[in-house]
Amino acid sequence: MAYPTNYRYTKEHEWVDVKGDVAAIGITDYAQHELGDVVFVELPKVGSKIEAGKTFGTVESVKAVSDIYAPASGEVVEANEVLHNTPEKINTDPHGAGWLIKVRLANSAEIKNLMDAAAYEAYIASQSKEASA
Amino acid sequence: MRYLPKSPAERQDMLAAIGAKSIDDLFSTIPERYRLREALNLPGPLSETEVIDYFKARAAENSGGYTSFLGAGVYNHLRSVVTDAIIQRGEFLTSYTPYQAEITQGTLQAIFEFQTLMCQLTGQEVANASMYDGSTATTEAVLMAERLTGRSRVLVARSLHPEYRDVLKTYAKNSGLHVEEIGYSANGTLDQKALQAALKNDVAAVVVQSPNFFGVIESLPPLADTTHSSGALLVAAITEGVSLGVMRPPAEADIVAMEAQSFGLAPSYGGPFAGVIASRDKFVRQMPGRLAGQTTDSEGRRGFVLTLATREQHIRREKATSNICTNQALCALAATVHLTLLGKEGLREMAHQNLSKAQFALAELEKIRGVRRAFDAPFFNEFTIELPRSVKIVNAYLQREKIIGPYVLGTTYPELTKHALVCVTETTPRAEIERFAAALRRALEQPL
Amino acid sequence: MARRARLPQTETMTDKIKKATRHTNQNEGLIFEKSSPGKRAFELPPLDVPAADPAKALGPVHRREGVEGFPEVSEIEVIRHFTRLSTWNYAIDLGMYPLGSCTMKYNPRVNEFVARLDGIATEHPYQPQELSQGCFKILHLLEKCLLEITGMDAVTLQPAAGAQGELTGLLLIRAYHEKNGNPRKKVLIPDSAHGTNPATAVIAGYEVENIKSESHGQIDVDKLRDLVTPDVAALMITNPSTLGIFEERIPEIAEILHAKGALLYMDGANMNALTGITRPGDLGVDVMHLNLHKTFSTPHGGGGPGAGPVAMKKILEPFRPVPILVEKEAGRLALEQIRPDSIGRVKAFSGNFGVLVRALAYILAYGPGVRQATEDAVLNANYIRKHLEGVFDLPYSLPSMHEVVFSDALQKKNGVNTMDIAKRLIDYGFHPYTTAFPLIVPGALMIEPTESESREECDLFIDAMRSIAAEAAANPDLVKSAPHTTRVRRLDEVGAARKPILRWKPQASRTEAAG
Repeated sequence: MAYPTNYRYTKEHEWVDVKGDVAAIGITDYAQHELGDVVFVELPKVGSKIEAGKTFGTVESVKAVSDIYAPASGEVVEANEVLHNTPEKINTDPHGAGWLIKVRLANSAEIKNLMDAAAYEAYIASQSKEASA
Repeated sequence: MRYLPKSPAERQDMLAAIGAKSIDDLFSTIPERYRLREALNLPGPLSETEVIDYFKARAAENSGGYTSFLGAGVYNHLRSVVTDAIIQRGEFLTSYTPYQAEITQGTLQAIFEFQTLMCQLTGQEVANASMYDGSTATTEAVLMAERLTGRSRVLVARSLHPEYRDVLKTYAKNSGLHVEEIGYSANGTLDQKALQAALKNDVAAVVVQSPNFFGVIESLPPLADTTHSSGALLVAAITEGVSLGVMRPPAEADIVAMEAQSFGLAPSYGGPFAGVIASRDKFVRQMPGRLAGQTTDSEGRRGFVLTLATREQHIRREKATSNICTNQALCALAATVHLTLLGKEGLREMAHQNLSKAQFALAELEKIRGVRRAFDAPFFNEFTIELPRSVKIVNAYLQREKIIGPYVLGTTYPELTKHALVCVTETTPRAEIERFAAALRRALEQPL
Repeated sequence: MARRARLPQTETMTDKIKKATRHTNQNEGLIFEKSSPGKRAFELPPLDVPAADPAKALGPVHRREGVEGFPEVSEIEVIRHFTRLSTWNYAIDLGMYPLGSCTMKYNPRVNEFVARLDGIATEHPYQPQELSQGCFKILHLLEKCLLEITGMDAVTLQPAAGAQGELTGLLLIRAYHEKNGNPRKKVLIPDSAHGTNPATAVIAGYEVENIKSESHGQIDVDKLRDLVTPDVAALMITNPSTLGIFEERIPEIAEILHAKGALLYMDGANMNALTGITRPGDLGVDVMHLNLHKTFSTPHGGGGPGAGPVAMKKILEPFRPVPILVEKEAGRLALEQIRPDSIGRVKAFSGNFGVLVRALAYILAYGPGVRQATEDAVLNANYIRKHLEGVFDLPYSLPSMHEVVFSDALQKKNGVNTMDIAKRLIDYGFHPYTTAFPLIVPGALMIEPTESESREECDLFIDAMRSIAAEAAANPDLVKSAPHTTRVRRLDEVGAARKPILRWKPQASRTEAAG
């Protein structure tokens, strides 16, 4: 799966798609592949604050639970309710319909420190090499 | 040795195949100075007969030949021989935890049936596959409420079993929980005024036992309303599950913590028993312990698997809902078989017999001059009486008559100096109840 | 979940499989599906006192009808129901469980017999102590035996299982440090540890700091030196490690910890490699738990009950859970409830007494000869290792004790992983080994035969594993779609977790009854 070039990415395998001062956040195709079939998602309430680098929710598969780390700080303006009944969207469309939350950014400068698509693809390529070493 | 399927020749062959000269070679990684040179100083070895003789001799040193009027969290109930016939089957007894579902469908389906029975009994939507016992189930229920509410104050009825409160205290000390006790009123039920006063919106849970330690039945609906109005959760603890055969279930509670010993498990000097946590579907992901879920296989057949395992220690590790791994599966199976044998009518009838015997016993005891019923509230198979003199001394007299007298409440409730908790079940013959009453009368007539 | 092709009969039950054969077994639905009003399986003796009026006695809490949905079946239906279910289970009584770290040994039947004796099964924990001397003697003797086996000074029999034992051990450690003025903050745990270790540390109020194992899978002692700060309360070690390898430097590890005032906790799950050979107390361990349902033969029963006694050095004795068993005059024993420094209770009453009885029966049967069991366990594990080395990848080559850990690296080349191999092993008539643990070995196969396996059973296991390795090379799909011969094929765990169905409901739509 291609990594959208207009998104930004974190080392913890989240993506961010900024439109104005609102950012959509999700987990990457690499992350969903590592997790396996998603069975449950725990998301923060609308109105709550998230802090860059801290966890804001979990994505759960049969065999593992992953904490999701906030790539940037801000206030949650929307949570993807659809995932409660169809968590599998994270597997089938991780960069689109599988989005997790939308956040009004406190400081859009924080996004500049994240990787672009090319850097992220290089990063996950090096991760895979390490894993099979 | 009869448990070891090897002959000396086979051992030699196997060592040769490995390329070792002696078995000591295989322990070479243990530093010399720490390897034992002599055999351990242990009793035995005993043949099967001698093992049996040893335990028979110990059994003879216990309470054989006495009639007991003890309850207080452990109850004597009828048990069918069919239960042992089932749980002694090697396929149940010697089977492992059902992580490999294809070859443990027997265990998994039985757990699913257990979970169902527990829901039906308690009026809750989901139940787990067992905790260690009622005391740890209650504690885990409180920790569950803490996780669900994000609050850390807990209000616990003083009439909750003293040992359950002790266990909660031990666990609470290290989890930042503040546990406060709410007293009881004149009729033995929870002091509602005290509860109201203590309830603020920093309370995670209110814990109430019914029937409580004094045998008194609590009315849960108003307690639930009061609890919920401050955003706290109501945890209902049950030590005598047979009561549910004739009493409404605690459906208003958010979490139920029940001891299942009354369902076919021998008293066995306090264990092994089986605790259960039952709650609402919406709380299931915060529920500790194993859960068996229904599913289908790749060819569409119904089957069962352990599910929602990500809550548990082997996956979540430090973020697990609990550290529980081994639970009380065989005890839960025994309870499942027992309740299936009793069935709807059998449990109701058993409960009714308990109720009747206890009513009869109280009436007999109240005829004795000096014996007073302590709490004027409905009870099931246990009730509290007050005597004109020390219960310990009365019990010493009763013991000489081969009667194990009622629980001395003063042991754990210093304010209840001359109070005794009497338990009567369907196993107590009428003649024994009458003999107990007569002996108690004589005990009270003894010179001081 | 993709449907997997059903392979022809001849390919699934090959004549290479010597231990098991297909056999028809009975179908059975849920007991609620057999229920019909009016059926009874158990009758009570008639009531010999006047019948109470429940409505009058109970008022508004009175439940008029019986429990709704409760089964109504006859005795024979109960017997058939559960007997049929039992035939769907694998069990030690049927054959080997090569499950690493579980120590699935024979559960002696005499243990079951004595636990059920009148005078043993019938005793109430609150009955007078004068009438409980038999129970106390059992507890006392078991305590003495466990102290002798572990080389410790004091023991508590209260914890209900290993995990509870771990918690008790950590609470003892905490109480000790608190008494010395500072509870400390962290517990060090190797990345090879069992999941209960970190889960327990958190419940005990400590932060977990993971230490990575060194290249041989052992604790990195040099790194440890740096990690042990005054903030560290304890290290939780498993010995032998979860790789089945003896931590040779454990005495040094103990010294490093003790020098900084920290304590050494040992997870005793692998005691089956040490009993009668060496004693943790002699090695420098301060406190440890035992799993009676592992090393001491009490039955697993589908997941419990167990018991997790905790043995400790003198320094921790004052903090033991109450009640404490003490010797009084003339051989009399008593339970004492008051100990000022005790951590309190971790469980109601006196622990899983029935399980303790079984463990004592096991110890009495062996006596000082219990060393032989340990030797046979280690012999079996090494015999199996010798015959599977080269067939499966062996990531850590230090000598194995009672268990050996391979990996699926060789078979992965054909897309076959440890879970697949484990499932194919079922077709060969065995329960799978432990898959995917310890975490430090990707694709682990953890094998512990125990001393209960004959040479014949070991050989059958070796043959099966070798055959599966060959299948993984020549016919990987056969292995990947295993098991083929079980009542149910691989079950949809994803669906079970997404839409949990955790109880039977009367109107629930049912697929065809099991089978």
